[in-house]
Amino acid sequence: MSPTPEPRPDPAQETADPITARALARTPRQAFWHGMWQSLPFLIVIVPFALLFGVVASEAGLDLAQVMGFSVLVLAGASQFTAVQLMSDNAPAIIVILSSLAVNLRMAMYSASLVPWLGNAAGRHKAWIAYVLIDQSYALSIQHYERHPRLSMPQRLAYFAGCVTPLCIPWMIATGVGAVIGNAMPEGIALDFALPITFLAMIAPMLRTPAHLAACFTAILSALLLAGLPSGLGLLIAAPLGMIAGAVVETRTTPKEI
Amino acid sequence: MPVSDLTVWAVILILGVGTYLIRWSFLGVLGGRDLPEWVLRLLRYTPVAVLPALVAPLVVWPAATGGEPDPARMAAAAATVIAGLWTHNVLAAIAAGGGTLALMLYVLG
Repeated sequence: MSPTPEPRPDPAQETADPITARALARTPRQAFWHGMWQSLPFLIVIVPFALLFGVVASEAGLDLAQVMGFSVLVLAGASQFTAVQLMSDNAPAIIVILSSLAVNLRMAMYSASLVPWLGNAAGRHKAWIAYVLIDQSYALSIQHYERHPRLSMPQRLAYFAGCVTPLCIPWMIATGVGAVIGNAMPEGIALDFALPITFLAMIAPMLRTPAHLAACFTAILSALLLAGLPSGLGLLIAAPLGMIAGAVVETRTTPKEI
Repeated sequence: MPVSDLTVWAVILILGVGTYLIRWSFLGVLGGRDLPEWVLRLLRYTPVAVLPALVAPLVVWPAATGGEPDPARMAAAAATVIAGLWTHNVLAAIAAGGGTLALMLYVLG
């Protein structure tokens, strides 16, 4: 992480890189539209996922207000699914909360890595950014900021706002639609398995390194061995064991610097 | 839902506030302070540890069959993972899993 240089006009560099020149020339309004345009492809994932959450949560017995409460107040898909699953397993509230927060811990990393780019923004801007800091908006904005380090703060903020608008609002709307559909769903469709399939589909593409595989399989093995424990407790032990396994394997497989 | 409405709302509110504080943490108050390397290393593996640990018992002992291992759901889980590893595409993996489950349930009756 390096301190962010203030944008200075530098004609030589701007002509050298037309994409950067275009990015630096955008007004905040244009930066907003640019962010919106770039985040549109993620809708293909966001909308079905939100529909599924609405369906699964209403099947589990949540009413429309509660389903919307999750998507508006928590706004974090994987943890929302985790909470609904554990509550329908009758897990104690404290275990539901701890496990779901654990799923969201990765966002502390996102928060830390945005500091060099957005740390100097006014408090009110940082307040709304924290609310809409999701996987997709993080991935897009950090790439954009690193690619164009000399963007002004208004350009950075506008780009971020552009990225989140077509993601977070459809997330909430599609959740509501899913909840309404879910109530009308006929019995007998194997919806009980929608959540395991969704989670497996999210996990598989993440298994890129031996460390990720070690974390995943240690967690699976521990969870199965500890399945006899009271609801949700096995998860609270198995997940940290998996994280430790991943960290240990990463240490072993990363070449030491001399 | 076996838990009360009040509990559900308490979970939603606490989870909402907690998640917000996680997202706001470094940006809002901790500033440019660097996380120790070992903390970063553990955080990196939270999703790949928490989600599989949550799912594994649901796959092996599905609630829908009263906890009996079920070939249709096992096959669907395997198809999902294979498609996910192969295509790196979440939606393709969901489609493969859902399709396999529907097919297996139809074939096995």
